[in-house]
Amino acid sequence: MTDTEALPLHETALIDVHRRLGARLIEFGGWLMPVQYAGILEEHRAVRERAGLFDLSHMGELHVEGSAAGDALAAAVVTDPRALAVGRAHYSMICAPDGGIIDDLIIYRLAEDRFLVVANAGNAAIVSDELAARLHGWSAVLDDRSLATSLVAIQGPAAAGVLAPLTDIDLSALRYYAIAEGHVAGIPALVARTGYTGEDGFELFVDWDRGPEAWDALEAAGRGAGVAPSGLGARDTLRLEAGMPLYGNDLDRGTNPFEAGLGRVVKLQKPGAFVGREALARVARDGVAKRLVGLTVTGRGIARHGHPVLRDGRRTGVVTSGTHSPTLGRAIALAYVAPADGEPGTILDVEIRGQRVSAEVVPMPFYRRHPRTDG
Amino acid sequence: MVPPELRYTKDHEWVRVEGDTATVGVTAYAAEQLGDVVFVELPDAGRSLEQHATFGVVESVKAVSDLFAPITGEVAEVNAALAGSPELVNSDPYGTGWMIRVRVADAGQVDELLDAAVYEQLISEG
Repeated sequence: MTDTEALPLHETALIDVHRRLGARLIEFGGWLMPVQYAGILEEHRAVRERAGLFDLSHMGELHVEGSAAGDALAAAVVTDPRALAVGRAHYSMICAPDGGIIDDLIIYRLAEDRFLVVANAGNAAIVSDELAARLHGWSAVLDDRSLATSLVAIQGPAAAGVLAPLTDIDLSALRYYAIAEGHVAGIPALVARTGYTGEDGFELFVDWDRGPEAWDALEAAGRGAGVAPSGLGARDTLRLEAGMPLYGNDLDRGTNPFEAGLGRVVKLQKPGAFVGREALARVARDGVAKRLVGLTVTGRGIARHGHPVLRDGRRTGVVTSGTHSPTLGRAIALAYVAPADGEPGTILDVEIRGQRVSAEVVPMPFYRRHPRTDG
Repeated sequence: MVPPELRYTKDHEWVRVEGDTATVGVTAYAAEQLGDVVFVELPDAGRSLEQHATFGVVESVKAVSDLFAPITGEVAEVNAALAGSPELVNSDPYGTGWMIRVRVADAGQVDELLDAAVYEQLISEG
């Protein structure tokens, strides 16, 4: 291994659990995280067919509280968190004044004047600083609880059945993108029906020190149901099949929400100013210079981040995420291309190690789960 | 344990020499490090390989790794089964997961490859 800058890595409270389970650990977003346990394909399949258990404690948990918390957040992000009912959540983004994406977020409304903002690990400090600055002058305070919170997720069709006996929260009443406060295995927890896998599932926010306990309880309860500890490798293939963008790959400061196909998230008409509004209104009016599309590779090879995309020999864009899809058994990718080249059915080429390999623009997502049948 | 009868490279390839033909694959250690192999790109039969030059690519779900020719020679045969079943690299790296057969151009290069004991030492050092 080549020696790079040896910055000390954060470790989650679950690091010993991962080591016990024989995880392969890698650096991700400044954290030492499990990339796989038994193997990415096996973990991926477990989540699609049964359930997977994830340590997501590297994510940033930013609590915003105060009588003006809703107004302050509405001025800081592109969505309108004031429109959320207590106990509900939505996908959001925080943008720079030029409309570039600083991070994508999930915002949960915990109470009338209390919100939980979840940021990506690699951006948590940036978002924390930026939000704190944007809250200045409002009756709202930011409490960065990233290093005080363990986040354990159970994702997959068996998740509800495994979690239900462990919690005093009525999961049948907890809708998708909802959150409730209660206990899991006796541990105080915020339980959210959210995830990043394209499956039904739950994310459990507990105190940092209680993370291993929560994990152990879920692992034990899930053993009979075939619940598999799952790493960031499977998380990446799962989210990509579900057509969910990853910050740093598919989203960055040089990209705006409209280019990412997420223009519907931006509430240009919400009351009050917000950072990025003028730039984003201009994009909404004038159109985008590139758009994010899904590709299936029809030729031989796997498109990867950075591979050029061509149409009839002319460069039209670049792949931002690509992998072998375990569910579809073929290579899939997300790519930015010229808007005219982004219609489903368009035949493009991806340049993989100098070879042109055929690919087709397809509607997103690549994979959609069967609707829940439990009502 | 690595098979004692094979020769090895520092790039974690193995070489089995039979007469003037050398069969080449990646070691179990390499396969384990790569994770689930989902794609293998190999040269066509008849192509000339230079020792140390890349002759193909092996991709797992997450990683892309070059394959380096352990010796100079012409590709005599390619394992066509890997196109449809790349997972053989993980499940049977020294057997059905073989990659190419090469006509040995310089027997001296074979003698310079690592023996099993040296390779075993190399991987035990990480």
